[in-house]
Amino acid sequence: MFKDHANIINAISTAGEISGRKKLQKIVYIAKKLSFPFHEKFQFHFYGPYSEELTLRIEELCEMGYLNEVREKKAGYYQYCYSITDAGQDFLSIQEVEMPALGACLLDMNEQNARFLELVSTVLYFDTLEKEEVTEKIFTLKSKQKYTPEEIDEAYEYIEQLKTKAKPN
Amino acid sequence: MEYSGEKLQEEKVFKDPVHRYIHVRDRVIWDLIGTKEFQRLRRIKQLGTTYLTFHGAEHSRLSHSLGVYEIVRRIVDDVFEGRPEWKPEERLLSLCAALLHDLGHGPFSHSFEKVFDLDHEQFTQQIILGDTEVNKILLRVGRDFPKNVAEVIAKTYKGKLVVSLISSQIDADRMDYLQRDAYFTGVSYGHFDMERLLRVMRPREEHAVIKQSGMHAVEDYIMSRYQMYWQVYFHPVTRSAEVILTKILHRAKYLYESGYEFAQEPHHFYSLFKGEVTLADYLKMDEAVMLYYFEEWEEESDAILKDLCIRFVNRKLFKYVEFHPSNSQMNRLMELRTLFKKAGIDPDYYLVVDSSSDLPYDFYRPGEEEERLPIHLLKNNGEIRELSRESEIVDAISGKRRTDHKLYYPADILRDESTKKNIKKQIRKLLELSD
Repeated sequence: MFKDHANIINAISTAGEISGRKKLQKIVYIAKKLSFPFHEKFQFHFYGPYSEELTLRIEELCEMGYLNEVREKKAGYYQYCYSITDAGQDFLSIQEVEMPALGACLLDMNEQNARFLELVSTVLYFDTLEKEEVTEKIFTLKSKQKYTPEEIDEAYEYIEQLKTKAKPN
Repeated sequence: MEYSGEKLQEEKVFKDPVHRYIHVRDRVIWDLIGTKEFQRLRRIKQLGTTYLTFHGAEHSRLSHSLGVYEIVRRIVDDVFEGRPEWKPEERLLSLCAALLHDLGHGPFSHSFEKVFDLDHEQFTQQIILGDTEVNKILLRVGRDFPKNVAEVIAKTYKGKLVVSLISSQIDADRMDYLQRDAYFTGVSYGHFDMERLLRVMRPREEHAVIKQSGMHAVEDYIMSRYQMYWQVYFHPVTRSAEVILTKILHRAKYLYESGYEFAQEPHHFYSLFKGEVTLADYLKMDEAVMLYYFEEWEEESDAILKDLCIRFVNRKLFKYVEFHPSNSQMNRLMELRTLFKKAGIDPDYYLVVDSSSDLPYDFYRPGEEEERLPIHLLKNNGEIRELSRESEIVDAISGKRRTDHKLYYPADILRDESTKKNIKKQIRKLLELSD
């Protein structure tokens, strides 16, 4: 019961704090694509893969008092930061969450900016396509983000690094 | 004549309770309707378990798909045609995507996908791109045509105007399901002036806009949607049926994994239990098949599976109480779980929290997620304004998510005092359930 909730709390607890809903969405999506057992359903939205289910789960966890949500003002918009509360730690301590390799991936992803994670998650969303087609998709669907071919190469390299980190020892 | 432009000798019409008639003139559309993958949608109800609450809600995903097609046909043929922002070469693509947008839905989609970790959108893609009758027809239009149709449905097609006709905050999908679901459930919500909306819709490069004069029709549409979600789609009785359905599937899967010998072998479920579902397996699964097994499982020796199936088939549903997730409520839930176990009632199947949430309308906020394509109004001076900046009613509900949580339990078992009388009494007290 509440296993999916526990997985999300565990992810945020491991990362320490995650700044921005967009970043949180992309981190969970990428982790799911790396075969970690997250079960939220994602669809392609304007910022790439997005999950309504995850949004709802985060809201529930805030209501339950297990996550702390802080609204911060950024240049021209607000951003939400998430961290675990003491009650969340207590809840987590009675749940069985076994994702030992997730920690290293999460810490690494949390150091990246949301724009780059958006690119990485978009590349992963189109992982059945050839790189050339993916590049074309990114230039067409994300033209406003103005990603460069170098950034796309970097995203591919980063995915390989994450895959290595995600392998259980 | 090329297949893509081929017309039927005479226009075909289907009687429809919502749009009066569905008009088909294109050979491609007629052929797609005749495929076995599209006909399968007759055996998938549009509203899943809602028929257990609103007895009229027996309409199928096939009738909804035809409805979405008809709305898009009217938009592209009657409203957009001849306007410079509209590319007529995308007409057939729009019609096919509208018709096929729900092709991959499984039986009782929500629970089915959740338990077996499936995604109907991926199956829609597979049906369109795989070895199917639908694919063969689309391929006759052009080599890339199946891929383009699949991309429109997946919202990854380059032409955003076409995508927005089927998937946006004011799209043909919603316009049809609100009216159709209102009609079949018999509720008085869900009605809005679609004729007016279509009349004031104008194509732009990335999406359709609504002329300022149609603002009140849009307000009506948004409020209809809001009401339908809370009065029909999230109805607590429907959710109770959904909870039981989910638990039946969980139990059947668990029993299979534990080596239980079913009296009625669930052949159709084996690939689902194993997590090795092929497209052929998936297409064989529909609600008729699923309900057949539920009836058979009423005779199983496993008490939980048997009881849950009897409940679902005979509409003996769980009761519910409001549940506001908080630390204290979670403690109460844990206490209830312990008591359920003491009473010999497995809480994993008989004590279930279910949540519903909806965001009636939202607009673009830079730098954050939840970016939805907003509804744009076209003012008389040519200026384009986001809807909530012009409408006070829409502004009042913009970005405001409404969430509801309920705790479901079997009142009849808890009232049965033939066993564990005192523990059940304690449980009833905690649930504030009368004797």
